Amino acid sequence: MNSPADTSRVTSAKIVIAGGFGVGKTTLVGSVSEITPLTTEAIMTSASEGVDDNNLVPDKATTTVAMDFGRITIDQDLILYLFGTPGQTRFWFMWDELVRGAIGAIVLVDTRRLADCFSVIDFFEHRKLPYLVAVNCFDGKQLHEIQDIRDALQISQDVPVVYTDARNRESTKQVLIKLVEYVLSMRRTRTVGVH
Amino acid sequence: MVLGGDEPTGSLVRPYAVTRGRTRPQLEIALEALVETTARGRSGQFLGGREQKVIVDLCGGRLQSLAEIAARMEVPLGVARVLVADMAADGLLAVHEPTGFDADGGDGSVGTELLERVLSGLRRL
Repeated sequence: MNSPADTSRVTSAKIVIAGGFGVGKTTLVGSVSEITPLTTEAIMTSASEGVDDNNLVPDKATTTVAMDFGRITIDQDLILYLFGTPGQTRFWFMWDELVRGAIGAIVLVDTRRLADCFSVIDFFEHRKLPYLVAVNCFDGKQLHEIQDIRDALQISQDVPVVYTDARNRESTKQVLIKLVEYVLSMRRTRTVGVH
Repeated sequence: MVLGGDEPTGSLVRPYAVTRGRTRPQLEIALEALVETTARGRSGQFLGGREQKVIVDLCGGRLQSLAEIAARMEVPLGVARVLVADMAADGLLAVHEPTGFDADGGDGSVGTELLERVLSGLRRL
């Protein structure tokens, strides 16, 4: 292509920010992003939901799925994107694209509504995407013990569970660091196991 | 609670008018793939329409991902993908694919090196 030689190694990576509706995903993205979070929309025809047969209808009804995302320039030639998942897990078609090639995911949870993230955790485990659980402490109080949360979510002891304040840049930064460290440690373990 | 944006929004035809109805891109481009205007694109001589001019300007400064292009142009992701793929095929844009970290595939050492760079970048924030 015509791109200058010095940009030939330009690349990007992404981290997925998941969780139930209203848990603070966009707030978390915005706390650390260098741009105001943007929204991108994907369109799906209702026919692909497998419910209605719209073949006879010339104007297929469509559903728009919105995702918020932010950006962190790591280096001139390396940009990290943070993608918030659509609020509702019924839009699995978009989730496939979101998780493809991702470093890993942060599952943001509200302890008052833990059940909201059961399906999300199932999805990541099924797709073998590394994830950690970040408990959003809205009022700065840690109401639940980590072990109780772990038990309620039925996740393995290996999966990191941390407290966070999604509004706080430093807190979000620490959660991102924790996730990347976790992914790196998983890779090292796997390599050791192979040789 | 249901978001307004999740409701059916009518015809599929309208958003795809700028691609003349095509919904399949010439090239699969990831959400986070970075797009850069080439010298040929910057010359402005080969541009096919208003959308192409907007994209060339958008990606002529700093790198923009496909998702950013779609968001800033306020078009659906699929529309941006068709437009960018066409322009890449015409040499107006360069598309830099992301480094994938899928559990089962990819070059392990490249992935590890990149993860380490991401980690030190995050620590510097």
